[in-house]
Amino acid sequence: MNRSFLTPGPSFQPLAQAVVVLLAAATVGCSGSSSTPGAANRPAAIELLNVSYDPTRELYRDINAAFAKHYEQEHGTPVTIKQSHAASGSQSRAVIDGLDADVVTLATWPDVEAVAKSGLLRPDWQNRYENGSIPYHSVVVFVVRKGNPKQIRDWADLDRDDISIITPNPKTSGNGKYSFLAAWGAALAAGGSEDDAQKFVSAIYRRTPVLDTGARAATATFSQKGIGDVHLTFEQEAHLEVDESKGGLEIVYPKCSIRVDPPVAVVDQNVDRKASRHAAEAYLGFLYSPEGRAIIAKHHLRPWGDTPPPPAAGETWPAIETFDIAFVAGDWNNAMKKFFGEGGVFEAIYQPHTGN
Amino acid sequence: MSKPTITSAHPLTHGLLVAAATGIVGLLIVVPLASVFAEAFAEGPAAWWRALAHDPDTRHAIWLSLTVAPLAVAINTVFGVATAWLVSRFRFPGRSLLITLCDVPFSVSPVVAGLALVLIFGRQGLLGPTLESLGWKVIFSWPGLVLATTFVTLPLVVRELIPVMEAIGPEEELAAVSLGASGWQVFTRVTLPNIRWALLHGIVLANARAMGEFGAVYVVSGHIAGATDTMPLRVEKLFQEYRTPASMAVASVLAGLALITLVAKVVIERRLEAEARELEAARSLPDTLDTTPLDTGFSTATKGLTS
Repeated sequence: MNRSFLTPGPSFQPLAQAVVVLLAAATVGCSGSSSTPGAANRPAAIELLNVSYDPTRELYRDINAAFAKHYEQEHGTPVTIKQSHAASGSQSRAVIDGLDADVVTLATWPDVEAVAKSGLLRPDWQNRYENGSIPYHSVVVFVVRKGNPKQIRDWADLDRDDISIITPNPKTSGNGKYSFLAAWGAALAAGGSEDDAQKFVSAIYRRTPVLDTGARAATATFSQKGIGDVHLTFEQEAHLEVDESKGGLEIVYPKCSIRVDPPVAVVDQNVDRKASRHAAEAYLGFLYSPEGRAIIAKHHLRPWGDTPPPPAAGETWPAIETFDIAFVAGDWNNAMKKFFGEGGVFEAIYQPHTGN
Repeated sequence: MSKPTITSAHPLTHGLLVAAATGIVGLLIVVPLASVFAEAFAEGPAAWWRALAHDPDTRHAIWLSLTVAPLAVAINTVFGVATAWLVSRFRFPGRSLLITLCDVPFSVSPVVAGLALVLIFGRQGLLGPTLESLGWKVIFSWPGLVLATTFVTLPLVVRELIPVMEAIGPEEELAAVSLGASGWQVFTRVTLPNIRWALLHGIVLANARAMGEFGAVYVVSGHIAGATDTMPLRVEKLFQEYRTPASMAVASVLAGLALITLVAKVVIERRLEAEARELEAARSLPDTLDTTPLDTGFSTATKGLTS
């Protein structure tokens, strides 16, 4: 009698069975959720997952609607596109860790290259689409408070003691990386040496009170929490932020800035497993079509190709001199190692500041 | 009647303390909570309802939270009852370690918990290749959300039960066994009725924590709108998309659930206090029953259970 109480004996079977049934149900549930991939080459309805970065939410909402219509008309197959948005570096990491992306549309070349290095993309991913798989570009601009009270006109103005700057963390955010590189390049373009550039960029991060992980968090810090005098961000993000502020903010175009080249790629291993390659390739191809380019321009991203359509009828793209990554650091591998890697420039200039 | 003497002795201190406490609670809790509701209903109740019911991604997020949280709570309930019973009724090597381990989720940052799950279940993780070959998705899918939520809410049920089970002691269960009850009967007729309010309290707390969980879930969700966004993730996403009223509408649902939880918690805590008093009263009664077991084997068992 007492033994059966101390050591769960036959009398405990119902409880044990209940636990086993519960665990079994949970296990079956796990497998049940992923029963979509089939043997058929062309499934009846296709679902694509576009893993993207922060400032493209509004763009892809419009692109997705237009593409779904276009694809169904062309091929008779309904397609839905799901979106995932967060900081570009984190998104790249998530895809490598198993986030089931059909396409990646990330902020920087290294973020896509990291996915390729993990074996999910073929090494030649850059050559699949025109312009090195970069369907649109942007520039880093300034967003300032209404009336530009601190008179911020160009990069040199950021090196003033009365200026507080908002930009996200270059370690995690593509937007943050580009802001860093834009500042560095601007110093070089003004005739400065590498030392001058480092001094200038250090001064900027010394005046950056908050380093958010992603572009949107930085935007919220500047526009909603009201912190900082100038927000360094992509042109399209700046337009959104200014529109949203209903007159509280305005854009300043510096004389020169970096050209932001966000690449796109079909995730080969995932589309082959999910049998969604045809739709995924058509989806990225759509970004180069006249319809796709018009939507891109509407969202203040500069479409690739000759005579890019304007953002709206009667408007023109503001002129701005641009330099690219080659001018700042040779190439992305170099930039990553030199600026954002372990022991890189960013760590050297930012680390001492975190204690304050 | 001893309380008024303290307050009347220092009227100024008393006033200041009350003002400080009310001020802090007002500033940190009441004002922000009220502003969530104010913002949520800024465009009227119709807009509030539209934001919740007409956005498929928001609808999905609400549904997902209402699925993931109860699943995590159910797992924790089974685990919590079993573990609490084990550590309150038996002494065994590693018992203290087990109790300490149950508390780990309290001290580990939820983000770390999420990353740990990625390291185990991710594509490059320990079990990644196995899961991939089986075609199972854990991370960036709902099982991952359940796992992460279960992890952060793990201590809540078990921590609630251990002290109550220890206070009640094994006597009633032993009596039932001596009268020939089966294990299941002991559990359903003796143990469960004794701990039901504490259990409910743990469940309510775990559910509240599960609904609001952000950090761990943020890491394992993959942020797929309409697929893996729970309510708190949806709040953040809508906010970042400049849709503040819609964001606050979802936040108001979360806050509403929190208020319901609060009421449930108060009701349950009253019951718990009443039961503790009853137990105390029963203990202080003169022992009229002879509890000395007749069976010698039984007394050995008692020793094992109460030492």
